[in-house]
Amino acid sequence: MQQKSLTIALAGNPNSGKTTLFNNITGTRQKVGNWPGVTVEKKEGIIHKHGYNLKIIDLPGTYSLTPFSIEEIVARNFILEECPDVVIDIIDSSNLERSLYLATQLRELDCCKVLFALNMADLARSRGIQIDADKLSELLDVPVVFTIGNKNQGIDILLKKAIELGESNAVVPQSRRVKYSQDIEHSIAQLQNFIEEKKNNIFLYNTRWAAIKLLEDDKIIKERILQKVGNSGHEILQQAQLQRKYLIDRFNDDPEIVMTDERYGFIVGIIKEVMTTSTRQRVDISRNIDLILTNRFLGFPIFIFFIWAMFQMTFSLGAYPMQWIDSGINLFSASLDGLLPNSLLKNLLLDGIVAGVGSVIIFLPNILILFFCIAIFEDTGYMARAAFLMDKIMHLIGLHGKSFIPMLMGFGCNVPAIMATRTLESEKDRILTILITPFMSCSAKLPIYIILAGTFFSAKAGTVIFAIYFIGILTAILSGRLFRSTLLKGVDAPFVMELPPYRVPMIKSLLIHMWDRSKMFLKKMGGVILIGSIIIWTLSAFPRNITYSTDYESQIKKVKANYLTEFTTGNENTKDSIEKKRDAAISKILMAQKAEKIEKSYMGKIGKAFEPLFSPIGIDWRGSVALLSGFVAKEIVVSTLGILYATEAEVESDALKKALLASNMTSSAALSMMVFVILYLPCLATVSTIRRETGSLKWTLFSMGYSTLIAWGVAFLIYQGCRMMGLG
Amino acid sequence: MLLTMIDNGKRVRFLKVNAGRGLQTRLASMGLYPGVELEVISNNPHGPFIVDVNGSRLILGKGMAHKIVVQ
Repeated sequence: MQQKSLTIALAGNPNSGKTTLFNNITGTRQKVGNWPGVTVEKKEGIIHKHGYNLKIIDLPGTYSLTPFSIEEIVARNFILEECPDVVIDIIDSSNLERSLYLATQLRELDCCKVLFALNMADLARSRGIQIDADKLSELLDVPVVFTIGNKNQGIDILLKKAIELGESNAVVPQSRRVKYSQDIEHSIAQLQNFIEEKKNNIFLYNTRWAAIKLLEDDKIIKERILQKVGNSGHEILQQAQLQRKYLIDRFNDDPEIVMTDERYGFIVGIIKEVMTTSTRQRVDISRNIDLILTNRFLGFPIFIFFIWAMFQMTFSLGAYPMQWIDSGINLFSASLDGLLPNSLLKNLLLDGIVAGVGSVIIFLPNILILFFCIAIFEDTGYMARAAFLMDKIMHLIGLHGKSFIPMLMGFGCNVPAIMATRTLESEKDRILTILITPFMSCSAKLPIYIILAGTFFSAKAGTVIFAIYFIGILTAILSGRLFRSTLLKGVDAPFVMELPPYRVPMIKSLLIHMWDRSKMFLKKMGGVILIGSIIIWTLSAFPRNITYSTDYESQIKKVKANYLTEFTTGNENTKDSIEKKRDAAISKILMAQKAEKIEKSYMGKIGKAFEPLFSPIGIDWRGSVALLSGFVAKEIVVSTLGILYATEAEVESDALKKALLASNMTSSAALSMMVFVILYLPCLATVSTIRRETGSLKWTLFSMGYSTLIAWGVAFLIYQGCRMMGLG
Repeated sequence: MLLTMIDNGKRVRFLKVNAGRGLQTRLASMGLYPGVELEVISNNPHGPFIVDVNGSRLILGKGMAHKIVVQ
């Protein structure tokens, strides 16, 4: 039998526990995509329950259906135009008043069946709030279910009710919605009648709702009406303007403000009937935690400590699994080396794919730990505190604290970070934040620092990496300041943001997050990094027959002959050491041969062509190629170095480190390269995100050009400065 | 009175915000509508305000707090 399907959308305020509920309903059966046309994440999951295929959609968290931000537009459009069978409005029981604001707007839409989930009722009860669900259900004529999302309670009943509601053919009740004051109701009625007359049966929305929105001067609805209704659309808008003018005269205020007040009047009336608050005030744990964490003296040092701890964990905790993966790869390539006969394919597998992909994949633990920490910041609610604490510093740039959230996320990956700028209301603030976020070093760049700092500054690697991150942050601040006073002049946009209560992060949601990240990382390894490694290996392995500057073969023969005489004349005791010396001499020649071979390959030619650009900052042709390839994805920088420095059949850990030390790279060159890496050209994925998010090719090109120029300039200063101070 | 003049821990009634209708409705959707009671949790010279409205806490930037009239 064919199973029946229903589409259920979850709506609700931010921090109402919506995502937790969604995670609990769908588990890992989630699909993350984008909403059409915009980059706001769209999450959906399909589950089978009570004999139905249920498609659950997690709408972005919104405070209202008045479109202030892209999230709100997305949520509203989905409900209006995709018409889900049921909309579940998740109501935060501990703040009923505000939740009902969105709820009444959803009811006003009159286009779909709404169900209320009174979430986090336990939290409300602990604050002494009792809610009479039956009464609420009766007053608004909407089914109400109690849920406790983080304890997985009430979800079965919720879904059952949703199916019941979806299958019932009850029309949406017309009563029990907000009644506005007489003048406004009069205008609504007049406009509604006018629309009814003119709509030619092709009207998109419920006419009462459309009339209300037109009185509120809703730009998007106005546009949609013009698009769909054509000529009579103009008449409708004119009529709406007349009514608006009348109401503005009447109230001496904008109709939307009067209507907002009246909606709250209606809500306050409901709340009086359904909610009882006991005077017994329990201790609010979040408030107590905030006494310390947002304390004007303690807050900031604690915040710095958390960030320090995050990186400390990333490096120290990540080191162990890194070793396991490393020895796994070594074992793999050693056995591959033994199994396969010498051939071009073997070279491709060992020097191309294993050296390329393998050199990056060992950093999976570090990257996961970093994302894990950022997820903890987000899930506990600490992110909002960080925004609060950083507000003052962000004001130096002319931004406010909210812009810091994308920047902090940028330590993980710039793509979601740039998408997170969606929450900023001011367009200029958004562009400014997008321009400076790439200077926050993302996790894909981490392997480069670990390799370079670990090789050239072994004991002080931690300090050096910290300094590199600091240079990135400093550049972000100074650039922001520069842009604010030149290209993006403007006053500070108003800063308002909710400080959500602290929550113990749910292991499940953290694990889902980790799983998503690992999947993405491994996909990248199997996709772009694999292809990139193959291309780079191919370019470095061809042409096959080149003429060497010296005859390496005869050199090796000469060495062998020299040592042979020494070997025969020497006594038994020195034989071992002589043998070792001989092998070292031979491998030195082999390495020189290999180096020349790569230097004369296509890759070498490309690198040499760019070398003049990079030599003032101390980077040779190999580094140039690695940096160029980094445009595709930053992980490839290490892959490329892995391939270019791979030494013939040398299977041991730290191969790349040894090769780097043996090459003529100096520590000041390494420092310069790290600085260049943190600041230069963002990766392809980030660039295309910038393009989509700014909607402007001009800003995208500006971001690419500016970052690369700055990177070169700072690297130049550092390299030449180090050399002048006599650092190698 | 302006919100900036209120000390920590004091409860006041939100009257209005001297700003465009966009910001007014935005604040209303977050629970700050004329007539609602709020408690000032953090008013210090360094950094934004924190207020408690019906159990949820909002951060309000300094500039914003200067525009809010309370009683």
